[in-house]
Amino acid sequence: MEVVVQNLRIAFPSPSGPLEAVRGVSFTLGQEKLAIVGESGSGKSLTARAIMRLLPRAAMLSADALRFDGIDVLNADENAMRRIRGGRAGLVMQDPKYSLNPVMTAGAQIAEAWRAHRGGTRRQAREAAVDLLAQVQIRDPGAVADRYPHQLSGGMGQRVMIAMMLAPDPELLIADEPTSALDATVQAEILRLIEDLVQRRGMGLILISHDLPLVSHFCDRVLVMYAGRVVEECRAGELARAQHPYTRGLLECLPILSEKRRRLAVLRRDPSWAAA
Amino acid sequence: MMIEVENLSVRYGTAYAARDVSFSVARGESFGIVGESGSGKSTVLRALAGLNRDWTGTIRVGGETVTPARDRAFFRRVQMVFQDPYGSLHPRQTIDRALSEPLLVHGIKDIETRIAAALTEVALPPSTRFRYPHQLSGGQRQRVAIARALMAGPEVLLLDEPTSALDVSVQAEVLNLLSDLQEKRGLTYILVSHNLAVVSHLCARIGVMQGGEMVEQLTAEDLRAGRTKHPHTEALRRLSVELEETDAQHGKAA
Repeated sequence: MEVVVQNLRIAFPSPSGPLEAVRGVSFTLGQEKLAIVGESGSGKSLTARAIMRLLPRAAMLSADALRFDGIDVLNADENAMRRIRGGRAGLVMQDPKYSLNPVMTAGAQIAEAWRAHRGGTRRQAREAAVDLLAQVQIRDPGAVADRYPHQLSGGMGQRVMIAMMLAPDPELLIADEPTSALDATVQAEILRLIEDLVQRRGMGLILISHDLPLVSHFCDRVLVMYAGRVVEECRAGELARAQHPYTRGLLECLPILSEKRRRLAVLRRDPSWAAA
Repeated sequence: MMIEVENLSVRYGTAYAARDVSFSVARGESFGIVGESGSGKSTVLRALAGLNRDWTGTIRVGGETVTPARDRAFFRRVQMVFQDPYGSLHPRQTIDRALSEPLLVHGIKDIETRIAAALTEVALPPSTRFRYPHQLSGGQRQRVAIARALMAGPEVLLLDEPTSALDVSVQAEVLNLLSDLQEKRGLTYILVSHNLAVVSHLCARIGVMQGGEMVEQLTAEDLRAGRTKHPHTEALRRLSVELEETDAQHGKAA
């Protein structure tokens, strides 16, 4: 599986003409863990979702190349896209409360995802669901499978979401702020779980986040986006030596526990960052 | 002492959301409460703010014991800022209306000049005055919420995760603003957050909550240096320090 993105542009109509939210993003992704980091409105979610062609209806999508394992996402028909979405590529979103069906048990939802992509009997699907819940480290998978989403904690709900995404055995996992709604301890557990699963199954991962230091622990490579462009790309381990003033600014404006910062640095946005 | 809380308990049915919580905060001091979801930190703050009347124990503000039902004088002294400013501002009222309301409630004159001064104080351009909340950014909305809380000149601000819904660059601006306002007005803050770095940035003293109890109180200095007594405090501290390091830690993991 290889994802190729070349000169990706996403625009939205506005009274004063098309407004470009993503302006010429290029990257390739193999079996690795890539983080896309940026602030609200930087275009990070749109960029990742374009790979699955999951964009708002009004969005105007163009690119020199946009390929998922050789499939031309720009021109593929809906049937071909459906095999990618939720099949070969899974999407985990921020809040499990909104992504899970409130009137289906966790087990039934995972089983449904499993059967939709693999067929098999109800009993096989149910067994697969319990097995998947065990894989996302839920202690009593049989009991959790019978619970409804409102009976699950935030961390447990997110594990169920991940289990559901794993059901069709995807090659790529896109996680869009998967832990922003969770406590710090649960956050770390979920990210470690994702990291571990990606490694063991040999999947590609795109982790979208606004938290630079956090993602640098779990990814190989980081793309920093600002105003619809990638302003910097670096190895996760070399984040501390990032060059771009925006990346530096994001790191320096954080309060940190290990060191007292009397006054926090404020990001001075330079118009040239948004320009070419 | 500006605020004294003794044996505060809040019970829902048979479960305690907060149990025998005691702490005190001096005038002009900042006290932080940290803990995970469900630890009871917001429960304590809501009881203090008068948003929940079903509590037992003693709460004193400026030496006076407060009752579960609060009078107008209380809200003149104590105000609250919430996590999501979009949810706490009326969507169909202009910023002007949002800011003038506390003045009308408390019968304060000079509305014109006070609103202009309030906007300047939180570094918002005068043009925001007649805008609606949806026309402002998240950071600007939180500045409006802070300005509104300050309109009637309170002595205490209760801050419930005031920056967790904001981008990190905006969070820095709002935290700097809160420091400046405290210095200028001598405000007393109680800040609730799950983010240890944010709490120890703004607060000199911190209470750690777990399962409805305040398991430890310590200074921000001690927390930074790792001089913790309770295992839960240490667990929260270690996680926070581990995740904020960018370089060395990753080298080990890889």
